[in-house]
Amino acid sequence: MESEVTRRWFLKAFGGVALMLGVPAWGRPQGNGGEKSYNWEDFSYVYLIDVGRCIGCGMCVQACKRENMVPDGFFRTWIERYRIGEGGRVEVDSPNGGLNGFSSTIVDFKVTKAFFVPKMCNHCKNTPCTQVCPVGASYTTRDGVVLVDQKHCIGCGYCVQACPYGSRYLHPVTHVADKCTWCYHRITKGLKPACVAACPVKAREFGNMKNEQDPVRKAIATEPVLVLRPELLTRPNCYYRGLDKEVR
Amino acid sequence: MIPELRLPQVIGFAFPNDVHIAWSLMIVLYPYLTGIVAGAFVISALYHLFGRRELKPISRFSLATSFGFMVVATLPLLNHLGHPERAFNIIFTPNFSSAMAGFGILYNTYLLILLLEIWFVWRKDIILIARRSRGLKRKIYAALALWTYDISEEALEKDHWAIRVLTAIGIPAACMLHGYVGFLFGALKANPWWSTPLMPIIFLASGMTSGVAMLIVLYQTAMKLGGGRIDSETIASLNRWLWLFMIVTVSLELLEIMTLAYEQSEAWEAIHPLLTTRLAFSFISVQLILGSLIPFILLMISVTMNRYLHDKVRNTLSFVSALLLLIQVFAMRWNVVIGGQLLSKSFRGFRETYAPQLFEKEGILAAVAIFCLAFVALFVFARVLPVFRSLEVPKGEEAEGELR
Repeated sequence: MESEVTRRWFLKAFGGVALMLGVPAWGRPQGNGGEKSYNWEDFSYVYLIDVGRCIGCGMCVQACKRENMVPDGFFRTWIERYRIGEGGRVEVDSPNGGLNGFSSTIVDFKVTKAFFVPKMCNHCKNTPCTQVCPVGASYTTRDGVVLVDQKHCIGCGYCVQACPYGSRYLHPVTHVADKCTWCYHRITKGLKPACVAACPVKAREFGNMKNEQDPVRKAIATEPVLVLRPELLTRPNCYYRGLDKEVR
Repeated sequence: MIPELRLPQVIGFAFPNDVHIAWSLMIVLYPYLTGIVAGAFVISALYHLFGRRELKPISRFSLATSFGFMVVATLPLLNHLGHPERAFNIIFTPNFSSAMAGFGILYNTYLLILLLEIWFVWRKDIILIARRSRGLKRKIYAALALWTYDISEEALEKDHWAIRVLTAIGIPAACMLHGYVGFLFGALKANPWWSTPLMPIIFLASGMTSGVAMLIVLYQTAMKLGGGRIDSETIASLNRWLWLFMIVTVSLELLEIMTLAYEQSEAWEAIHPLLTTRLAFSFISVQLILGSLIPFILLMISVTMNRYLHDKVRNTLSFVSALLLLIQVFAMRWNVVIGGQLLSKSFRGFRETYAPQLFEKEGILAAVAIFCLAFVALFVFARVLPVFRSLEVPKGEEAEGELR
């Protein structure tokens, strides 16, 4: 007898609580944190860098620094300058990641070709950084972007060691792994990443492989393009036009 | 607050993010500690499982040493983590595509085996101490005995059986705990100075070396301080094992370098100058000459001329070699962990030597303190349980039954 009363009381009390909790949820927008128009299944992001176009102005590095509050001495994107001369001489530099452009320093050999190479996270399809994260804080989104859950990362630094491109670092303030997100907060709102928007010569392009009309998708499909360190089989989503063999 | 940034000097070209050292002195210390854990356990196993009676005088002490270093082994990792409060994520949300996710399982498995083995090895002593004490001490030891007080012949025989079984599974567990650290480094394709399947084996062999060396140093020191006699058979045996392990270690280390050099890979173009400039002191002078060549010669004398040596000479040769090999193994850990980070993944340059500060969070003082804590743990262990001798059951005392 007593147990029946208890059960009835239980159902009443907790049914009421459940109803109260349910009411505010009524009519809320569903999925993707309120971005009704954005469905990540419709996107597969891709990045294309035209080495021949880059003038090494550093606007992209500055834009990235401001947009993402990247700390001094660390880089989500940077620019490298290559000067290659006779006899296989190679001189590479990236003063402060190319943040303030490049001054005309002198090298002690005759330069036969020179170019700038913008670098960033390659958002690899077969990414070593996500593989080695011991707690699953590093992950790849459905739309192909490699991100770090800053609230779950323990700051062990294993992903920093595993990235062959030097794209990751331990943030000196948050003490978690940090890297390029392709400005995920922007691209999911239909904007370009800050570096792409800032580039004055269209050396950086951003596209969607799931859109058949996308010019970047077309370029990758029809033109000769390369990725960095293809022998590592990381399968980057970042492609290069006009990449030289000296670039690693 | 953003810490003050001083960018290190770079020779050649390094990727801009590559100039920071993500894995500090703490990550040098961690495999150093687990190596000693594994090495000390193997020496105890040589007696408990393989019946090397000449190692009986240190069979218990080596287990205690393994325990002492085991309990502090996680401290450098916790001190290194950017968010130590999230450390248990590695156990609660492991990502098993990462070798590092196995840490919780490997560490806890070995710790459990070690604790069980310690309990079985010391069970008789715990009960005897409980019987001979009064008050709180009696209660504590009774609890340590888990309130079972049977030390009859049959019960002790069962203990021995349990010890053998635990040792048999403890050896692979200890080797896994230490070897997987080598795997963490060896299986990273991004870093050519680390990426070799030899790495876990090198870590294991050097771990054995450091474990035996630590036992020699501690055993001789403990006997000198405690007024005990250093068993010459034991030292002679430890010398042989130390010589064997160091030969395997150094051969593998040289094999790795020789393979890199012989292959003339693109990575060698960066590693070669790294070894001869930035790592010249810690690799060539300390690891190869001071830490390998000299103890090799000393141990060769000690092993091949064993029967002609006076005890004092044998002990001295052994002690000096052990100290040098402890330095060698530390230098090896340093050269791997730090050396690999001096080298940029651009393969076009390397940064200046990393010099940990005395007082910083992951600095020298923190490392020394953690290392010394292992000795404190061992000292406490030795105060609680006898590490060199086993207590005898007095005649007329009942073996079975109650605590009385």
